[in-house]
Amino acid sequence: MNCERQLCMLKKVQEMQFVAIELNLFLDTHPCDTEALNDYNCAVEMLEKYKMAYQEEFGPLFNFGFGGYSKEPWQWVECPWPWQM
Amino acid sequence: MWIYEKALEHPVKVSRPDVAFAKLVVTQYGGPDGELGASLRYLNQRYSMPTGQAKALLTDIGTEELAHMEMIAALVYKLTEGASPRDFEEAGWASQYVQHNHGLFWTDANGVPWSAKYIACLGDPIADLTEDMAAEQKARVTYEHLIELTDDPCVKDMLTFLWQREVIHFQRFGEMLNTIQEHMSKKNMWMGCEMRK
Repeated sequence: MNCERQLCMLKKVQEMQFVAIELNLFLDTHPCDTEALNDYNCAVEMLEKYKMAYQEEFGPLFNFGFGGYSKEPWQWVECPWPWQM
Repeated sequence: MWIYEKALEHPVKVSRPDVAFAKLVVTQYGGPDGELGASLRYLNQRYSMPTGQAKALLTDIGTEELAHMEMIAALVYKLTEGASPRDFEEAGWASQYVQHNHGLFWTDANGVPWSAKYIACLGDPIADLTEDMAAEQKARVTYEHLIELTDDPCVKDMLTFLWQREVIHFQRFGEMLNTIQEHMSKKNMWMGCEMRK
């Protein structure tokens, strides 16, 4: 497994997810801010792309059906776990 | 329902193991102003919030705090990775080794286990949001103390990220407090009899 590539692709997910988290909290207290809402929707679109690319190569990022399909054998149990990376 | 994401919110790296600092930073795992208490406080208070906005904010910040708890857990894990019983003893944390080995446990920096007494829920949005704002300030200050006590730039980086999040959460809770106060005054809900309608 290419660890450096995995970290690099994960970083893209983490960065865009941070944008989404920050905008999400902002929108909770500013629900009528159209500009923030557009930014949030853009972040969702970008994040989806980064998540798909990561999961295609390194297996599901999410459990319980939210992380897409698994290759054989069941990829969820594969290391590294987040605290090992 | 909660879904687990197999990734940290922000990377956690250490330059070298440091058991003595792990003994201190564990307070943000299970101490009075730590991330376990923060997540449980908000996720528990959301049920009695009067508006959709307030329920959403407590759900979202409570969920983000769970991710921060995982970052602190990863930090403690990495700071003690490969440490021998002697390393724990020299760092003044032999008691941790005796009871938990390399496992984690929710305590403060003095070894006092986490308690629900650290959190409150009055079922009153003004009282609860004010408690949340105080909690964010206490966590911010604790991170400042911890940042002073480490020389590891990687550790400083991730603690600074968490410090910034406390500042943002405080800001959002403050905005929500204003909104709720306005909401309550419009509906003349200051009296108990009105609130029950």
